[in-house]
Amino acid sequence: MMSGKAAVDSRIIEEFRAAVDPRGLITSHEELHTYECDGLTNFRVMPLAVLLPSNTEQVQAIVRICDRERIPFVARGSGTGLSGGALPVENGVVISLARMNRILEVDFPNARVVVEPGVINLDVTARVQPQEYFYAPDPSSQSVCSIGGNVAENSGGAHCLKYGFTTTHVLGLEVVLPDGSLVHLGGKTLDVPGYDLAGVFVGSEGTLGIATKITLRVMKKPECIRTLLAAFPSTNEAGAAVSDIIAAGMLPAAIEMMDNLAIKAAEAAVHANYPNCGGLLLVELDGPVAEVEALMEHVDAICRKNGAWEIRVAQSDAERVLVWKGRKAAFAAMGRISPNYIVQDGVIPRTALPQVMSEIARLSAETGLRVANVFHAGDGNLHPLVLYDRRIPGQEKAAEALSYRILELCVAAGGSITGEHGVGEEKKMMMSKMFSEPDLVTMQRVRCAFDPLQLSNPTKVFPTPRLCGEKPGEYVRHRLETAGLAERF
Amino acid sequence: MTATILMEDKLRTLVGSEHVRPAGPEDAIGGTQPQLVVEPGTQQELAEVLRCTDEPGVAVIPRGGGTKLEWGNPPRRADWILSTKRLDRILEHAWADLTVTVEAGCTLQTLQDALAQHGQRLAIDTLWPERATVGGVLSTNDSGVLRLRFGALRDLIIGVTLALPDGTLAASGGKVVKNVAGYDLPKLATGALGTLGVITRAVFRLHPLPRGSKSLSFFAASLDEMQKCILAIQDSKLAHTAFQICCESAAQPEADILFEATEAGLAAQIALLGRLIGQRRAQEVPASIWGVREHFWSPLEGNEAVVKISVLPAEIAWTIQAIGQTAKTHNLQWRLCVQATGIGYVRLEGNAVELRLTIQELRTKMKQTGGSLVILHQPRTVERLDTWGDVGDALPLMSALKSQLDPRGTLNPGRFVEGI
Repeated sequence: MMSGKAAVDSRIIEEFRAAVDPRGLITSHEELHTYECDGLTNFRVMPLAVLLPSNTEQVQAIVRICDRERIPFVARGSGTGLSGGALPVENGVVISLARMNRILEVDFPNARVVVEPGVINLDVTARVQPQEYFYAPDPSSQSVCSIGGNVAENSGGAHCLKYGFTTTHVLGLEVVLPDGSLVHLGGKTLDVPGYDLAGVFVGSEGTLGIATKITLRVMKKPECIRTLLAAFPSTNEAGAAVSDIIAAGMLPAAIEMMDNLAIKAAEAAVHANYPNCGGLLLVELDGPVAEVEALMEHVDAICRKNGAWEIRVAQSDAERVLVWKGRKAAFAAMGRISPNYIVQDGVIPRTALPQVMSEIARLSAETGLRVANVFHAGDGNLHPLVLYDRRIPGQEKAAEALSYRILELCVAAGGSITGEHGVGEEKKMMMSKMFSEPDLVTMQRVRCAFDPLQLSNPTKVFPTPRLCGEKPGEYVRHRLETAGLAERF
Repeated sequence: MTATILMEDKLRTLVGSEHVRPAGPEDAIGGTQPQLVVEPGTQQELAEVLRCTDEPGVAVIPRGGGTKLEWGNPPRRADWILSTKRLDRILEHAWADLTVTVEAGCTLQTLQDALAQHGQRLAIDTLWPERATVGGVLSTNDSGVLRLRFGALRDLIIGVTLALPDGTLAASGGKVVKNVAGYDLPKLATGALGTLGVITRAVFRLHPLPRGSKSLSFFAASLDEMQKCILAIQDSKLAHTAFQICCESAAQPEADILFEATEAGLAAQIALLGRLIGQRRAQEVPASIWGVREHFWSPLEGNEAVVKISVLPAEIAWTIQAIGQTAKTHNLQWRLCVQATGIGYVRLEGNAVELRLTIQELRTKMKQTGGSLVILHQPRTVERLDTWGDVGDALPLMSALKSQLDPRGTLNPGRFVEGI
C-alpha cells in the first residue's frame, strides 16, 4: 500500500490544515491508527489524513479541496458501525464529525430538535426527557453512536417495530454535497415540495454527501411501558407466540427473542436473571395504562397457550432496565463464551423463522461452529452470532463463510441481507444476491446525481462501482478506472 | 407520420390491438390533447412500451384512476397516456408478516377490502379510494388524517418497482419491514408525480384494523383558545390516531379527534380528553367527519381554488387567522381543515382574480414561516399560478436526478417543480 504522505503533496496537506481549527488535522501514523477501522474490525485501511471540522463551513472547505484534487473522503461519526461504512478508502481522507456535537435547537411545541451530526443518540433523549419526550430510534450502541452515523445507516433498534427507523424521525437535513455545495433537504414542516431527497439520503451510507445539520422529530413518552418476559422450551414455540400476537392485531413497541446460547452469554456477562430456557421472549407494550393492561393480559394468555413455562412482567423502570440489560448486552456478552465472534444482521419474513432457524442449526452442526441467536422478532431481523476461535487455523474463514450462508438463507426466504447494520464494505458483494443488475445500476444513477465524481465514500455499498457517464468539466480518468476496478457507463 | 404509424403498430404488437386506442377529449390533460392511450397488461409490457419512447422522444403521461391528474402543472407535451388500469392485481397479501405486494393500478378500496378480510389495513386514508390507484396515490403523495399516528406513504411503503423511460425495470427495497440494503427508492418515487419512472408495483407494511374506534368533536371560542387545546393535546399522554381543526368563514373553529383502542382504552382516553379541554364538551360524532376534505372539490363551478398547506403544528391558529384575514380582504369565502401534523387543505371561493392574489399572498406568508403552499385546483379563467412554489437550493440536485433517470424528459414533462 502506498504510504499516505507520498500520495498527497504537502501543499494540499497545508490547505487541509488551514481549512480546520488548530488540532483539526491528524497525519501522524500513530494517531491515524484510531481511524483505520470502525466497529467491523477485520477490515482496516490507513487514511491519508483525518480532518476534524468544527462547523459546516469547514466541512465545505475540506470537501472543496477533495473535489478539486479528486481525493476520496469518508465521513465518520463515532465509528461504531458494524459493516465497515466508515472504513477509510485507500488514498482518501476521513472527515470526523465528532467535534460537531451541539444540539442547536429544541422546539417542544413542534416536537423538533435540530442537531449537528456528532451529537450522541442518547443525548437527544437526555435533553428532552425532562419534558417527557424521547427520540425513538434506539440502536444498541445508542450511548455512543452519533446521529450523523444513524442518518447514514438508517439505524433502527428494538423499538422500530412500532416507531419506525431513523428515516421516520428525520424531517430535514443540511448536506454538504461531494462538490462542496450546501443544500437543504426536507425541512421542519412536512411534505416540502420537490423530490423526497431526505428520504434517499438517509440510509445512503455516506455515499451521497455529508449531513451537517439534522432536524429530528421527538415524541411524547407514553403514559406507561410494560415489559413481559416469557420462557419457552425453544425458539419455535416463542416464534409461534410472536405470530399469534401479530395475528391478534397487536403492535407491541418491541418483541425480542434470544436462544439458549445467547441467554447463557447474557447471564454470564450481566446477570440479568433470565430463566435458563430454549427461547426467551421480551414483549414490550406502551401507551395509555388502561389499553396496555388490557392488551398485556392477552399477550400473557398467548404466551401460555404456546408453552411458556415462566412469565414475568417488569412493573417498575428499574425492573424494566434489568430485563433489557441482558438483551442490549447480548453481542458483547459473546466474549464470555467464545474468544471471537461475527455479528450478522439479516432479515426474514417473520413466518419463515422456524424454517430458517432449523437451517441455521443444520449449518452450525455441519461446520462445527456454534451460532447464538438474538432477534428483533417482531420485524424478522435476525442477529446470528457466529462463534469461533481465531487461533485455530481456518476457523475465521469458516465462520465468515457460515455467516454469509446465513444471509443467503435470508434472501432465499424473501428477506434482506441487512436490517440495520448497512451494506458498507462487508456486504457489498452480497448485494447482487438480493438485487438484479438493473436494480443496482438504477441506484447508481441516483448516486451520480449527487456525486458525479464518486468521491464520497466510494467503493462501499455497490459490488461493482460504476462511474457516471456525464460529469461537468474536463474528463479525468477516475482512479478506480485507471486501476481497472470500475467501468464508465 | 410513417414513423408514428410504425410506432403504433409496434405498440399494438406489444400490448395487443385492443389495448391501444386513439385518445379522446376526455383524455386531455391541462389543455393538451394526447394522441394515444396505451394499456399494458404486465409490468414487463409497460417497460417495453416505455422503451419504445427512447428513440422518437415521445412525451408520456402515466395515469392510474385519473382522479388527481389536475395536480401538478400542465405538461409541456403529452403524446401518450400510459394507463396502469390493467395492472390491478394484489400479488401477495402476506398477512402473517403484515405486508402486501400490489400492482400500481389496483384501487385503494379494492386493496383495503382484501386486507380487511384478514383484519388488516394499509393505514392511509386517501381521497376518492374507489377510483384512486396505488400508483396514483403514491405518485401524488396523498395522505389523510391517519398520518398523525401511522406516518405518510413514505413511512408505509417498503418496496417499489419502477419502469424507467429506457425500459429498465428496477426494484428497490424489499418485502420485509426492516431493510437497509441499497438506496431507498420507494421514498424517491413517492410524491415524484411519475417524473422519474412509472411505479408498476409496490410493497407496503400493514397495520391491524382497530379493535374499536370513537370520533369526538369539540368547539373553541377563538383560534387562540383552539391553539392552546392543540398544544395541550399534542403534549399529553393521549394516544389519539387523528386530530384535525376545521374552520370556515365566520364560524367557530371545531376540533375532531379519533381514538382507536380496546373498549377500556377508549373510555380512559375519552376521560383524559375531557380533563384536557376543560369546560368545552366533546361530543361523539360519526366517522364520516374524517372524509371532509373530499368535499373541498365539490362543487367545482369555475371560481374556486383548493390548496394544500404545510405549516408547523404550533402555528396552526396563526395560519388559520392569516387565511381568514387574507380571504376577507379579497372578499372570498373559505373553508379549511388542518391536521395536527400541520398539513391542511383549504377551499377558497370568489372572484378568480382575487383568488389568484390571495393564493400568492398566502404562499408568501407560509414561506416566511418555513411552510409551503401547493395548488391542487385553480380557476381556468385567469393566468395559471405555478402549482408548487419555490423548492429552495436543492433544485439543481433534483434536476440532476431527473436527468439521470429520465434524460430525454419523457415522463410528465414540465409537470413537477420548476418545470421538471
